[in-house]
Amino acid sequence: MTDTLHPALARQFDSLEQQTEAATLGMWVFLVTEVLFFGGLFVTYAVYRAFYPAAFAAASHELDLVLGATNTAVLITSSLTMALAVHAAQLGQRRPLLIFLVLTMLLGTVFLGIKAVEYYHKFAEHHVPGAAFQFEKEYARHAQIFFSLYFIMTGLHALHMVIGIGVLLVMLFWSWRGTITVEYSSPIEISGLYWHFVDIVWIFLFPLLYLIGRHA
Amino acid sequence: MAGTVFLPPRHYLNEEYGIASWLLTRDHKRIALLYLAGVTFFFFIGGAFAVLIRLELATPVGDLVSDETYNKLFTMHGVTMVFFFLIPAIPSVLGNFLIPIMIGAKDLAFPKLNLASWYIYLIGGLFTTYAIVTGGLDTGWTFYTPFSTVSSTTKVIPAALGIFITGFSSILTGLNFIVTIHRMRAPGLTWFRLPLFIWSHYATSLIMVLGTPVIAITLLLVAAERVFHFGFFDPALGGDPVLFQHLFWFYSHPAVYIMILPAMGVVSELVAAFCRKPVFGYRFVAFASLAIAVLGFLVWGHHMFVAGQSVYAALIFSILSFLVAIPSAVKVFNWTATMYKGSVAWETPMLYAIGFIGLFTIGGLTGLFLAAIGLDVHVTDTYFIIAHFHYIMVGGTIMAYLGGLHYWWPKISGRLYNEWLAKFSALVIFLGFNLTFFPQFVLGYLGMPRRYHAYPAEFQVLNVLSSAGASILGVGYLIPMAYLMWSLRYGHVAGSNPWGAVGLEWNTTSPPPTENFAETPVVTWDAYDYHAPAASQT
Amino acid sequence: MAGRVDALYFFLIGIAVFFSLLIAGLIVFYAVKYRRRAPAEIGADIHGSLLLEIGWSGIPLLITMVIFVWGASVFFAMARPPDDALNIYVVGKQWMWKFQHLDGQREIDELHVPLGRPVKLTMTSEDVIHDFFVPAFRVKADVLPGRYTTVWFEPTVPGRYHLFCAEYCGTKHSGMIGQVVVMEPSEYQTWLSGGAPEGSLASAGAKLFADLACNTCHRPDAQGRGPVLEGLFGKSVLLQNGETVVVDEAYVRESILTPSAKITSGFQPIMPTFQGLVTEEQLLELVEYIKSLQGLPQVPPR
Repeated sequence: MTDTLHPALARQFDSLEQQTEAATLGMWVFLVTEVLFFGGLFVTYAVYRAFYPAAFAAASHELDLVLGATNTAVLITSSLTMALAVHAAQLGQRRPLLIFLVLTMLLGTVFLGIKAVEYYHKFAEHHVPGAAFQFEKEYARHAQIFFSLYFIMTGLHALHMVIGIGVLLVMLFWSWRGTITVEYSSPIEISGLYWHFVDIVWIFLFPLLYLIGRHA
Repeated sequence: MAGTVFLPPRHYLNEEYGIASWLLTRDHKRIALLYLAGVTFFFFIGGAFAVLIRLELATPVGDLVSDETYNKLFTMHGVTMVFFFLIPAIPSVLGNFLIPIMIGAKDLAFPKLNLASWYIYLIGGLFTTYAIVTGGLDTGWTFYTPFSTVSSTTKVIPAALGIFITGFSSILTGLNFIVTIHRMRAPGLTWFRLPLFIWSHYATSLIMVLGTPVIAITLLLVAAERVFHFGFFDPALGGDPVLFQHLFWFYSHPAVYIMILPAMGVVSELVAAFCRKPVFGYRFVAFASLAIAVLGFLVWGHHMFVAGQSVYAALIFSILSFLVAIPSAVKVFNWTATMYKGSVAWETPMLYAIGFIGLFTIGGLTGLFLAAIGLDVHVTDTYFIIAHFHYIMVGGTIMAYLGGLHYWWPKISGRLYNEWLAKFSALVIFLGFNLTFFPQFVLGYLGMPRRYHAYPAEFQVLNVLSSAGASILGVGYLIPMAYLMWSLRYGHVAGSNPWGAVGLEWNTTSPPPTENFAETPVVTWDAYDYHAPAASQT
Repeated sequence: MAGRVDALYFFLIGIAVFFSLLIAGLIVFYAVKYRRRAPAEIGADIHGSLLLEIGWSGIPLLITMVIFVWGASVFFAMARPPDDALNIYVVGKQWMWKFQHLDGQREIDELHVPLGRPVKLTMTSEDVIHDFFVPAFRVKADVLPGRYTTVWFEPTVPGRYHLFCAEYCGTKHSGMIGQVVVMEPSEYQTWLSGGAPEGSLASAGAKLFADLACNTCHRPDAQGRGPVLEGLFGKSVLLQNGETVVVDEAYVRESILTPSAKITSGFQPIMPTFQGLVTEEQLLELVEYIKSLQGLPQVPPR
């Protein structure tokens, strides 16, 4: 039972509470579909790693562990700033909210920048699959499969990051405009869910792609 | 029922006029009609390909079209029918229209997403239509590799992209339905008071949401392999073509349950309404829908019994395939039992429902033939399979779709159609269907492989019977188009409950107002409760 | 085998006819008996019966399990060729079937086999997936590029039988057909001696083995850098990663094309790949040659 109609209340819902619950459930269902979407790629990766372990290990060693680990730290930190943004939104603290959103977006951009550098290195070392691909002859055919998976999986992940940054841009605008209030902080929470999911995908990608056969 | 029926002065169709009010609508009922236009268009495209196929197959030699053209015909028939008609039809037309109304809500949870889903469907359709029109696709709707990634010279990439894009329409529709059913039921409407149509669509939505992403990524990989020569599915580059089959069928088997579960939901509604009795074993039917959705994800390998899987994998898929048949059988028995001591009316929707039960039973029983590995080895990749799935998809899904369209037509349009023409068409469709597809079971057992442009002369008689049936079936499908359109203008006014049925949709006007109900209903009765006076307020 | 498949088929027809008639009959019967007699009439207030639900779940479950076991048993028999089967190699390509008999006879689109003894076909494809289907024998198996698959049958009646490709493979898929010709054993012998100018598969393989210089590393005296192949086929070998694997046709093929995939324990990964240097048919010749070394004593490894 709502006393007054909240400006953000959509006409199909009876209350802001119902709307928030529906939106949150919707995001969770969407994230499940994303798990299945990336899942197909992970299955393909698992199959070929089982078929060609030596070639995959050799190819994995060619990835830049330092850059990859740095990116992992960057993303985990961005999840921290995102969580802090959600917290600020729930407490109605506009300035911290804006700062943490900007920080999250900045860290996301740093991630993409490092990724771009890594892609450039791969291009320079002739590890991009295609006519110019070069690798030690013994493993070349199957290393090419590794790199194909590397580019598709990290590329798809990067695309999701770009979309995430776009979503946060919109959230930044709403926060600045005052649309986000203590009663209506759910858009930030839901964006946070998406952002954390993209982070978790990377947490799986990193060890699977970068850490094959690397003992301490 | 007769006498004081009238069209309400204000309803969702006359609320606003103009192209923009349709193309930018948020109203789930208008979106349902937008989908109706889309799926009908693709049905006729797919149907046209079917006509050409059956014309060619009337003679044993390939004399109507070239072999290249023929390969494109069966491929594009499959692609348009599966992805652009069968998967969206019932959920996006009837589901969209009815789910909010059946649960007493004003709309789906995410109306703008619903509209976006329609546009995504159209854009996907556009890509695929482009592929069809600029040369076609010849990989089979199953895109097996390495033929599709290396050997085919046709428009694989736009077609694959078209299906990829349309898949998101399916995913988002399923997401919308799940959230709506969880969060927007009217006060008093507990899960076990829901109509079985809702249970079926819920189960369908689970499959849409979990399965479709996998084919999305698989087709993306096929397109990528074609462009960049990656080598995931091409043995010449170190890839595994059987991996493609696993990924493809992981979705495409559950996809057939996306095609049949909504149809079963429709049939539950029809049987209850035209026997004026609750569906027998309501909870068992509800749980059977969920069981089918879950088990459906575990049986994909039965499409690959001769593909080179291990014996043990084959055994597991076989036993699970038998298990998934049980909930479907349970539903058939429950529908039949519903008719016992019912008040059975023989109106057109009920004829379609009965047709469904009979034909789905035959189709489903032939599934047992296929789950038995030793027998499947002989009949797989032959016309037996084609007959099996057409019994279920055409004898099943399309019959239920037509039954549902006829049953809810008065609610959707406010008008009644011509009952005699409708009954006549139902009969023509039933007879034409059986004449088309029954001979194909025999053809398959005799050894005629599928996707054959020309065949040994000894198979001709059965092929001619099948083609004759197809011509009858085609005519049967055209007649309802005519009288349904005619009824929009000239049909009798229906009134809010022309069938005397129980269900929230019959407690509002025909057509309904944009917000569905004048007041949100409060539900205190079970589904199909013909003995509760509150249930059927007209 | 065909008889077993047909028996299962007719049993299933019986089940299907029974249940179809049962449901159809009940529906028509109820539709007539309980037809609506007054416009406002409603049906009885019946909701369900646990007993019926258990019954019509349990009985179909029993029936399906019987069918499963029956189907599985037929399948096991199909999956296990007898040890004394006559081996013939099949290479499918767009759009023809190439057959290679052990003694060197080659056929295209027509396969001659003798009556009364099991025949095992080892098959691969040169391009896309095909499927070897002989309806009369109730056998079918996909023919895959990059792998070997097998079927077996035992012809019992002489005659000519349709052979179809049953996995869509492109333009002339419906033209990729042929015949299996079953002959009396004496006629088959006559046909066989009719010609095999190049000699047996194994002898062709021996020549290839020398031409490709395989014999520089694979020496029978265990002095070479590669494992001894004499007497190796059919045995188990220990791999570098600790697994054991049986030396069959697939293993030999893989070892020639992708030697780094499975390295024998105690040896260096130095064998070059022959990917692109040998055709599928040449691979079959090499496989047959290595098989022919089976009877020779194996020199113990270093």
